[in-house]
Amino acid sequence: MTKQELNPDIWVDSYSDYLFNYAVSRVSDSEIAKDLVQETFFAGLKSAKNFKGEAAERTWLISILKRKVIDHYRKINSKKAKSMVRITQNQNSESDSNFLEEQVADPKSLLENSQIENEELGMAIQDCIAKLPKKHALAFTLKTINGLSTEEVCKELDINPSNLWVILHRARTVLMDCLNNNWFKI
Amino acid sequence: MKSCKDVEIICTKIQYKEASFLEKIKIKLHVLFCKTCKTFSKQNTELTSLCSKANIKTLPLEEKEKMKTELKSKT
Repeated sequence: MTKQELNPDIWVDSYSDYLFNYAVSRVSDSEIAKDLVQETFFAGLKSAKNFKGEAAERTWLISILKRKVIDHYRKINSKKAKSMVRITQNQNSESDSNFLEEQVADPKSLLENSQIENEELGMAIQDCIAKLPKKHALAFTLKTINGLSTEEVCKELDINPSNLWVILHRARTVLMDCLNNNWFKI
Repeated sequence: MKSCKDVEIICTKIQYKEASFLEKIKIKLHVLFCKTCKTFSKQNTELTSLCSKANIKTLPLEEKEKMKTELKSKT
């Protein structure tokens, strides 16, 4: 394996969205997630000299972010401990059945499964987007994920609409291939 | 007669609901006898639904710029 090197100048462009998604799915608050990503980059810079080059840059940053997420939960939990412990009663249950029984998760529910699957799907798509040329990746993200209009994307990238459509078409072709290989064939 | 490349680009436009009525008709006709474009169109639609299902979130560009300058100031 070739030795990996850190390149902090490209961190924000290359990894911020990936890290942000990772964080947002774990803390479910975009403001907190943003701060966690920011802290991750700072911590990465600070301990850059400890980076041995054995893992890819992004894997290394994710492992820092993982720590940050855990720290975040520790922090809010220690705050909670000082206040009162509250149990949220199920307001809408009129039956007088056992309280505990009502709290048990439904084992037949597929909701959690699909949530996990969607999160993995999001990561897979981002992996594929990361393989695109930079301009194509930006065009695709702006148009598809952020849902900007054609004019706005054209203005942002300084190209004309027919150029944009060609770029989007190429990006989508690559993404379809990539997802076919990485997502459907697991 | 539209070439497959043109059709594929229009197909991409359809994914963003920005194809004109005439373009849509052209596609419908072409897909009738072109199997390659039919598969392409199917996969393209699949990609759109996957992207919306994955619910990917991104940081706004200005936030990224802010992060960049803050990172620079720390180096």
